Amino acid sequence: MSTDQKSKINLVVNSESKPYWEGAAKGQLLIRTCNACGKAHHYPRTVCPHCFSDDTAFVEASGNGAIYSYSITRQAKPPYVIAYVTLNEGVTMLTNIVDCEIDKIRIGQKVRVKFSEAGDGYALPVFTSV
Amino acid sequence: MGINGKSYIIGIYEHPCRAALDKTLPQLHAEIAKGALADAGLSKDDVDAYFCAGDAPGLGPINMIEYMGLNNVRHMDSTETGGSSYIVHVSHAAQAIAAGHCNVALITLAGRPVADAKEGKPVRYYNQQAPDFPFEMPYGPNVTNMYAMCAMRHMYEYGTTSEQLAWIKVAASHHAQHNEHARLRDVVTVEDVVNSPMIADPLHRLDCCVITDGGGGVVMVSPEVAKSLKRTRVKVLGAGEAPKHLAAGQVDLTYSGARWSGPKAFAEAGVTPTDIKYASIYDSFTITVLETLEDLGFCKKGEGGKFVSDGNLISGVGKLPFNTDGGGLCNNHPGNRGGMTKILEAVRQVRGEAHPKVQVRNCDIALAHGTGGLLGSRMGSATVILGSEDA
Repeated sequence: MSTDQKSKINLVVNSESKPYWEGAAKGQLLIRTCNACGKAHHYPRTVCPHCFSDDTAFVEASGNGAIYSYSITRQAKPPYVIAYVTLNEGVTMLTNIVDCEIDKIRIGQKVRVKFSEAGDGYALPVFTSV
Repeated sequence: MGINGKSYIIGIYEHPCRAALDKTLPQLHAEIAKGALADAGLSKDDVDAYFCAGDAPGLGPINMIEYMGLNNVRHMDSTETGGSSYIVHVSHAAQAIAAGHCNVALITLAGRPVADAKEGKPVRYYNQQAPDFPFEMPYGPNVTNMYAMCAMRHMYEYGTTSEQLAWIKVAASHHAQHNEHARLRDVVTVEDVVNSPMIADPLHRLDCCVITDGGGGVVMVSPEVAKSLKRTRVKVLGAGEAPKHLAAGQVDLTYSGARWSGPKAFAEAGVTPTDIKYASIYDSFTITVLETLEDLGFCKKGEGGKFVSDGNLISGVGKLPFNTDGGGLCNNHPGNRGGMTKILEAVRQVRGEAHPKVQVRNCDIALAHGTGGLLGSRMGSATVILGSEDA
């Protein structure tokens, strides 16, 4: 893990993650939900980490949430914002906050998903202030 | 069956080097093993158990046992929980000795991140097969910004300030000035810390630990073996270990796994936080110490900032002397894994062999705590409580 720069990492597309990235490519933020216990989780898994059922499926999230915590990696060129965003659906995900004045970012701030190009036709869900 | 009183730490060694350009990784392990066994008054042929973590190359114990020529090993353990591994090893060695599986356990840690960087060796990337990797690595997480998010949230919920966090570094620097091997020996002030460059908000450069080469080792023995040796015995009184993770997306960065490992260790030792005369607290960053102190019960949740202020962690000044070797913040964080050095200074304190300027008087009970992985999010916590023969 480089501390100086946000390394360009190719997306890892495997049988568990592929639908997630395909959804993102179509402008959908998907979260995995369990049909047995009804709870959502993140990151997505085939077997539910709440109840261990394998009856799980992707559903489209609203794309709205709020910043739980964040940090600005100042030494990177350019500096970037890493954050945990809590989605309105109740799960918290690691992400980046983009396209806003980084010194005005605050915990609790409302944000909305957008998608940044990630190569090979895929996209990465990131967030920006509402 | 608990471990209280069933094993002793009898030998320790901290490698004096902080940059190991002229040494290989296995060589460091062997030099450390030699030093720890010499301190115990034992030879390599006495070793019947060997413990190492992910820093050891190849298949860990297999390759290291061969390299060092340990010919009598009948118990081995390569538990890997990042920087907390070595405190888990002390617990597991105590269990193995109590169960009669071994009598002389050797634990080693070594690393050479400084030398590796100078030699242009690639940084070891987090395993792409890890299930979280696809969903996290594209966002640029690194050790500093992930710990920084814990600090940011702690500040938000409890009003903790950068100045309060700075006190932790200040205390470590007061101790490091007396350690001739410390990587950073200058005493710093709160102003020095908060005016150092911002690395990842809200953590400044001086909120971060040093990066060093070297390592350390521990020799643990059964009570019978301990009594046959001349070295001052340090009794293992209790231990606890705990994972903490992101709980399927229910993230809370304001506490660590110490919330669970601590009470287990205290219960087994039959002591409470007020009995602890000295504490080695894992200090990869200042926030690591602050959350851990709260979770171990040295103060209430959210009051860590107040607790660490005004020199309360400085030996001879405050109520809870911590990291009197200078800790990872100033002395040594070999191989980016600080759990081992936490044990070593706690042993020195109980033996009465810390530097006279930082030695805690009548230090009969000490605690060492390790943090592995990422504080608050995906981590391993381990706590061990050590005492003198009479404790």
